[in-house]
Amino acid sequence: MSSHQISRRQWLAVSPLSAAVLAAQQHAHQAMRAAAPVPFTVLSPNEAIELGPIVNQIIPTDDTPGAREAGIIYFIDRALATFDSDKRELYTKGLEETRRKGAELFPSQSIADLRPEQQIQLLQAIENTGFFEQVRTHTIMGFFGNPSYGGNRNLVGWKLIGFEDRFQFEPPFGYYDGDSNR
Amino acid sequence: MKQYQPAEEVDFLIVGAGAAGGVMAKELATAGFSVVVLEQGPYLREKDFEHDEIKYTMLSAMTNNLARQPHSYRKSEGETAKVPSQKMIQYGRQVGGGSVHFTANYWRLWESDFKQKSRWGSVAGASLADWPITYADLEPYYTKTEEELGVSGLAGANPFEAWRSKPYPLPPLPVKSSGVLFERATRKLGLHPFPAPMAILSQPYRGRGACLHCGFCEGFGCEMRAKSSTLATVIPLAERTGRCEIRPDSYTRKIEVGPNGRATGAIYFDAHRREVFQRAKAVVVCANGSETPRLLLMSKSNRFPQGLANSNGLVGKYLMVDAGYEAHGVFEHPLNEFKSIQATRVIHDFYEPDPKRGFYGGGGIDARFEYYPISFALTGLPPAAPRWGRVWKTMVARNFTRTMTLEAHATCLAREQNHISLDPNIKDAWGLPALRVTFDFHPDDVSNMEFLLERQMEILEAAGAQQAWPDRSDDALLPHNHLLGTCRMGDDPKTSVVDRYHRTHDVPNLFLVDGSSLVTACCQPTCTIQTMAYRAADHLAEQARKAAI
Repeated sequence: MSSHQISRRQWLAVSPLSAAVLAAQQHAHQAMRAAAPVPFTVLSPNEAIELGPIVNQIIPTDDTPGAREAGIIYFIDRALATFDSDKRELYTKGLEETRRKGAELFPSQSIADLRPEQQIQLLQAIENTGFFEQVRTHTIMGFFGNPSYGGNRNLVGWKLIGFEDRFQFEPPFGYYDGDSNR
Repeated sequence: MKQYQPAEEVDFLIVGAGAAGGVMAKELATAGFSVVVLEQGPYLREKDFEHDEIKYTMLSAMTNNLARQPHSYRKSEGETAKVPSQKMIQYGRQVGGGSVHFTANYWRLWESDFKQKSRWGSVAGASLADWPITYADLEPYYTKTEEELGVSGLAGANPFEAWRSKPYPLPPLPVKSSGVLFERATRKLGLHPFPAPMAILSQPYRGRGACLHCGFCEGFGCEMRAKSSTLATVIPLAERTGRCEIRPDSYTRKIEVGPNGRATGAIYFDAHRREVFQRAKAVVVCANGSETPRLLLMSKSNRFPQGLANSNGLVGKYLMVDAGYEAHGVFEHPLNEFKSIQATRVIHDFYEPDPKRGFYGGGGIDARFEYYPISFALTGLPPAAPRWGRVWKTMVARNFTRTMTLEAHATCLAREQNHISLDPNIKDAWGLPALRVTFDFHPDDVSNMEFLLERQMEILEAAGAQQAWPDRSDDALLPHNHLLGTCRMGDDPKTSVVDRYHRTHDVPNLFLVDGSSLVTACCQPTCTIQTMAYRAADHLAEQARKAAI
């Protein structure tokens, strides 16, 4: 039985939490090592295509990498397969709602076909929903979290903000505690 | 490690292997007694700790988990408590308890903290009281705590601090950019900054290495053993005596009482959810200010129909929590606050309540960084900033290394209506009644938080912040950490739950030693909780030797 066939509450009740983390990390690890594109576990191909423009507008690619390069869609798929499996319905319903909103704003166009400025307009129309809040949270978790969960590929998130994950630093840590500036 | 059979009557059964339980275990085992410690969480070791914000901050790997152990919250008695969508009450849930994930701020109380009622008088709508003990009673134990656990700081640097018989055993940790800016600004304002006292090693000490400044203190376990948690310090010493068994994954549900009204041991669920009864001559509950009253309230019997040690109905009452707003500032150059310990400079200028302010309350302010990459990107930008997209991304990229936080650590008044009780409707994954929190800050607490926030903003301005903003989130007015005061210490059995040596007034061989004993709450409680544990253990060992328990 794969981990996503039982509910989050069920397995939280029977196994230590680390099992959830481990599952998410193993999942990510396998996906990263596979040469061929990895099929999604939870998201349907169509859902993944629709989710793409949403996460890519939350953290756009400009002169630095964005959600696309960080592998956020894969992070979300794994989150929904493991530690956030109870959020699947929120995604299914949220995407439905977004599709409907998209059809209202831009009749006869699918989300995936919208131009970037149309995508932004659509996101502005849904940005106060619980669904958008969840996608934003997942996108940020994936982009700035530990790469072992499948996002933050090549540490693009940490490089963007100047964060380094090290076991040791030495003073001065910043500009103001440097000897000449104290 | 020594292992006892449940049928074996040990000298002391300790519930909770945290900040206080670890100290009690070490002191009692070293004094020659047989000790079993039941810990509801796992026994993690330094090798298990990771720099993983998702695992520890978002998935509660080291703290209570809302899905398995829900708690409910309501503002006042009239409401039906609801389980919040995100965890509200937080406590350490593993061997070492909260001392593993805490920030390690380690402040002694002031002499005046023990006499607030005498100094101030009554506060309407609150139950301000004097402690039955004084700073002088605790001072030798404050010194012992700092020496045994390893605390870094600079004696005398805080002109307001209470007298001390010895300096800190270790010098302060290196100042960070936030500390330099804070020090400069507070001096300009005529205030008195001093190096933050931290339970983190600035130099090698008693077989442990010094802090290497990785930056993962608050919310994380220290893989270097530089943070002076009980996991890294006293628990190994307790085990080394050969008389102490730490029993992890053991979730206590009831303290049993014999026909003579004395505690006989405790029933717990083991890792396989089997019920086990461990016999003991005396029981010491160190389960924190929320779980200790919950356990007493769950320990109902014919003799104690309202729960154990609760004949006056005060178990769970007077809940006090961490109080204080945050203010944030962005500076021109990188501070790189993600490196090293959270806080390096503090002021106590506004610690003492002052009638001129027009309300009861006071507190300290420190300069720190409250964020890791995910939490910063989610919530670290100024209020008017966009929440996603191109501009948001640019701001996150620029501000992460340039932001610092001033945090207030303030008084919280005890009120009878603020309490921990058993939720009548909600059960945890073991079928036990969920923790119900009823809490609303006293208006003076909120006025005080607002007063301190104004000081925080003045300091950020004086520090030359390019942009500074107060963080008055609704969330700051909800209860979260530092769960205190719920089994109040006092001489009068009518108005308190434990006596001055932590013995319950109702059950002679039942002791409560943790944050629940505190009579007033200001600022940073862990130092005082552990100091009280050293003092309680001293007395307990003496009484046990005289067969007076």
